[in-house]
Amino acid sequence: MAAAIGRTIPVLFGISVLVFLIVHAIPGDPAVIAAGLEASPETVEQIRRDLGLDRPLPEQFVTFVSRAVQGELGSSIRTGAPVAQEIADRLPFTLRLALWSILLATLIGVVAGSVSAVWHNRVVDHAVMSVTLVAVSTPSYWLGLMLMLAFALWLGWLPAIGAGTPAHYVLPVMTLGLQSAGHVARMTRAAMLDVLGEEYLRAARAKGVSAVNVVVRHALRNALVPVTAIIGLRFGGLLAGTVLVESVFAIPGVGRMMVDAVAARDFPMLQGGVLVVATLYVAVNTVTDAVTPMLDPRLRA
Amino acid sequence: MRPDAGARFMNNRAAVAGAVVLLLVTASAAFAPWLAPHDPLAIDLGNNFQGASWAHPLGTDHLGRDTVTRLLYGGRVSLLLSLTSVAIALVVGVSAGLLAAWHRGWVDAAFVRVIDVALSFPDMLLAIALVAVIGPGHTSTIVAVSVLAVPTFARITRASALSAVSRDFVLASRAAGASTGWMLTRHVLPMCLSPIVAHATVTLGTAILIASGLSFLGLGVQPPAAEWGAMLSRGRDLIRTAPIGAFAPGIAITVVALSFSLAGDGLRDALHPKE
Repeated sequence: MAAAIGRTIPVLFGISVLVFLIVHAIPGDPAVIAAGLEASPETVEQIRRDLGLDRPLPEQFVTFVSRAVQGELGSSIRTGAPVAQEIADRLPFTLRLALWSILLATLIGVVAGSVSAVWHNRVVDHAVMSVTLVAVSTPSYWLGLMLMLAFALWLGWLPAIGAGTPAHYVLPVMTLGLQSAGHVARMTRAAMLDVLGEEYLRAARAKGVSAVNVVVRHALRNALVPVTAIIGLRFGGLLAGTVLVESVFAIPGVGRMMVDAVAARDFPMLQGGVLVVATLYVAVNTVTDAVTPMLDPRLRA
Repeated sequence: MRPDAGARFMNNRAAVAGAVVLLLVTASAAFAPWLAPHDPLAIDLGNNFQGASWAHPLGTDHLGRDTVTRLLYGGRVSLLLSLTSVAIALVVGVSAGLLAAWHRGWVDAAFVRVIDVALSFPDMLLAIALVAVIGPGHTSTIVAVSVLAVPTFARITRASALSAVSRDFVLASRAAGASTGWMLTRHVLPMCLSPIVAHATVTLGTAILIASGLSFLGLGVQPPAAEWGAMLSRGRDLIRTAPIGAFAPGIAITVVALSFSLAGDGLRDALHPKE
């Protein structure tokens, strides 16, 4: 656990450097951008001092990080509202979407992958593999549009856009979940195929453990290590995928916020969003790294 | 590369199908100006939202532009974007990977750290941050997609190069006084080529997905240029009136991305037989 956390420190440092540099990499003077083009030179100078942009870069970076750690992410250039508050308001939408999607992906992916491995090279295996291959090659935003077209516009069963009620989440969660399910299924299948050939499973069968129990209790338990790893990785993909899916379904999450921030050149907002989402991703992967050994006694040592 | 790799590839039906589709798509994109029945940018408001007809097999969009024509021209943009970005990423990533494996020591350690950080960024997030810095458009899409693809190329190259640099013939060449550049390009690089080629093919597909995703968000290729993601973005706004506009470009992206991954997987298996 400590080692897993230790590994994240250089990564978090790298992320904060990159996010910090966004403002300095853009062409033009950040103080002018913050002040607006019509601002007088005095205002620009005032803002430069207020934002600390007149200090040396390393000092600015230290200030940036120490503020970020305290949850102080600056304020929006466009609205003047604190970025941290805006993110706090929007994060629940994104997290709800990502969590339900990863749940759906895990459920479908593990079941489909196991079925595929148990009936290796049979019709059901080929079918699962073809469907998952198409699923991972389909752009998520397009899958979302097609689901919207079918279930919201033609059948009228579900609302097309917005995030007001649980029903609003069904289509976005299906969009992201189905796609990630493809990745999870492929990983589960590969891991199960590795495990299913092992001696101890033959032993389990020989001593009369039922076929279902062999798969669920014995094989799946050992296949779980790589599967957990891929689920952790997919969660990051999902967080990034929310950007697109939030745009399709007009969900007011952090992803949508970042896209709008780019269009409006609202850099503090973009920096805050990228910092928070990237940190979340690292956190999820750290937890995955820490949990994986617990699933496998051989790795616990 | 072994001589029987070609035969093994040809035995993989899915991979061959992927390769054939890619050839067709590339050809139709290359010859778009001759194949396309109309002008991709010509606005004809009197004929907007037409259904399928002989003149417009997939109908027209909100400005009366022919959907088939725009798909053909869009393929040009999408394929070119993806090829350019993957080519850049390949050159940068492979060079970095070779140098890291060659120098070992702190260069390699720093290299691994940088790769770790780069890969710890969810892809779309990094792409958006880069576009924000450069400003939306063709160039930033290429830069974003290349930057996203570099770390994996570098990592793959480093992994194969690490075992290649300590091979006897490389040591012999070094002892004979060959220059570093010569040894890396003549002796080490050929040993790493198969995984790089296979990965490049798969990446071409991912590149199309990311580039069109950016365009869909309005951060990539800008209208009125025909690009699959940008067409989908318009298609979303008009999905009630003209669902075909949201349907066709998505099929195109899926088919191409799928073909790249089939062909890439086929190449990997052909170049790197498991037995």
